[in-house]
Amino acid sequence: MALSVETALQPVLEARGINKHFGPVHALKNVDMSVFPGEVVALIGDNGAGKSTLINVLTGVLPLESGEIIFTGERVHFSSPHEARAHGIETVYQDLAVAPHLDAVANIFLGRERRQKGVPGLLGFLDNARMRRETDEQLSRLRVRVPDLERRLVTLSGGQRQGVAVARAVMWASKVVIMDEPTAALGVAQTGMVLDLIRQVRDTGIPVVFISHNMPNVFQVADRIVVLRLGEIVAELNPKTASIEDAVAAMTGSSRFSNREVATSD
Amino acid sequence: MTEASGTYDELVTEDLPAWQRYLSRISTSFTPVILIMIILVFAIHERASFLNARNFNDIIIDSSQLVVLSVGMTFVIITAGIDLSVGSVLILSSVVAAKVMIALSGTPQDIARFEFPTQGLGIPVGLAAGVATGLVCGVANGALITRLRMPSFIVTLGMLGIALGLGQLLSGGTSVPNVPPSVQTEIGLRELVGFDVAGQRVRITPPVVIAYSIALIAAVVLNRTRFGRYTYAIGSNAAAARRAGIEVDVHLIKVYALSGLLAGVAGAMDLMRFGTASVGSHQSDNLAAISAAVIGGTSLFGGIGTIGGSVVGAFIPTVLRNGLVITRVQPFWQNVAIGMVLILAVYLDQRRRRAEERM
Repeated sequence: MALSVETALQPVLEARGINKHFGPVHALKNVDMSVFPGEVVALIGDNGAGKSTLINVLTGVLPLESGEIIFTGERVHFSSPHEARAHGIETVYQDLAVAPHLDAVANIFLGRERRQKGVPGLLGFLDNARMRRETDEQLSRLRVRVPDLERRLVTLSGGQRQGVAVARAVMWASKVVIMDEPTAALGVAQTGMVLDLIRQVRDTGIPVVFISHNMPNVFQVADRIVVLRLGEIVAELNPKTASIEDAVAAMTGSSRFSNREVATSD
Repeated sequence: MTEASGTYDELVTEDLPAWQRYLSRISTSFTPVILIMIILVFAIHERASFLNARNFNDIIIDSSQLVVLSVGMTFVIITAGIDLSVGSVLILSSVVAAKVMIALSGTPQDIARFEFPTQGLGIPVGLAAGVATGLVCGVANGALITRLRMPSFIVTLGMLGIALGLGQLLSGGTSVPNVPPSVQTEIGLRELVGFDVAGQRVRITPPVVIAYSIALIAAVVLNRTRFGRYTYAIGSNAAAARRAGIEVDVHLIKVYALSGLLAGVAGAMDLMRFGTASVGSHQSDNLAAISAAVIGGTSLFGGIGTIGGSVVGAFIPTVLRNGLVITRVQPFWQNVAIGMVLILAVYLDQRRRRAEERM
């Protein structure tokens, strides 16, 4: 269903001919990748395949060496992750990048605090009521259940904390959400909660790039699977037709995929 | 958000033995309890001379400088740092303030005759120079910690030596003589508000007003402003703060600058209260301020702490010393008692952290 819609659309984010070296290591080799509105793209690959490097180049964490990044039809250059965020690209990291001693509201607005109007605002006084209201709206829209918005995150479960991290990303991502192993630290039930969130985000039209090692998770949630191996994209799979064995074969190189299968249009 | 709630303590302590669970639960409120217990012991033992308005007035005046140092220390420790230099910076600031004050209050001949014709200029500029000295030391601490990626423990330990040595060089190693006495008589001891309680005079002096205004403003800043929020966020998870776009290094420089500035203010207060800059005392004020903050519930691991807790924490050594003197016990017991309370406070904090990590 998602595939037929995509072909008609322009990619939100597109990487063309990306190369990256770390000393003698050729970490990314001529990588082309597109992200279309309303899809979940899974990016899979073995350790060291270049998944995180690719994401870091796309979000301005690492400088672009050669190639180009096209964002909403225009060539862009992000020199820092803040620039990428200013363009509406948000990243969720695997290691629960929240401040555990702050509550959900403070975490969601961290670095983007709403200040009071007038002189108190200039003095740095926070508008906690407004931040709380906006958080409430956002969490209920995403159906994330946080028992008490004013409780510090140390008291929440890992899944609830990751829910807050995802809610934060979604709240500010107007264009793309990137999730780097968001379920790596979570149990089964909590993982299910995060996967539900990913679908809900996708259904609002915002594409999700989902990086994971967990093949069952990938096949549960992805509309399209991109396989990286040794810095190259070696396959693009349709989870409806391909099997987990196909994906593992592509990742490890014992491959039946001598040619790259392209599921999307040019 | 900053106060640990009962539900939180129940959650993190549910798998501890009963007595430890009990201890952890009272840990958030145990500082005032200890303070009240100490006061009760002295009050029962020496009712007439301890439990009176005049004596409590003295305790409040005596604790004013430690309150100011503890406020700065609380911000630093919430960011998971430490500032060992505050006592030395206090000394250097008061020596600079005294020297500038003397130099601007008259010609050397005037001063030799103990006359201060231009003290109207000398006193305010001298006090400002003292505060500025503290600020400079604090900015230097923050810049070295963030730019050279050095542990705050080492940088501020270095600053402890540097500031103390400079203070001793400037003063020749002794108390600075010939400070205009009006700084003490007209400012430090001035009765701004005075009233009688049960026949005893209670005097509110500038050091008290300065200390509690600073504590009040600091509490508001920590709880209600973006500056406070960033302070907690950095101590809680510096990497997350950085990813969220907070300029962590800039904020840390501001926090160390604040601690230095408040040490400078405490130095100026010293000059006001005692009318001289003494290099002999205050050398263990750093440990007193750290103890006050930690006993008051600030976590050395960062992310947790309140100004109110630190103010109460700052009262404990002062009350102990005062009570021990009145009860004619050797006041050196104060050090023993503070040491024990400090160890207990850190022990409770660690238990809380370990319980958190198990979740």
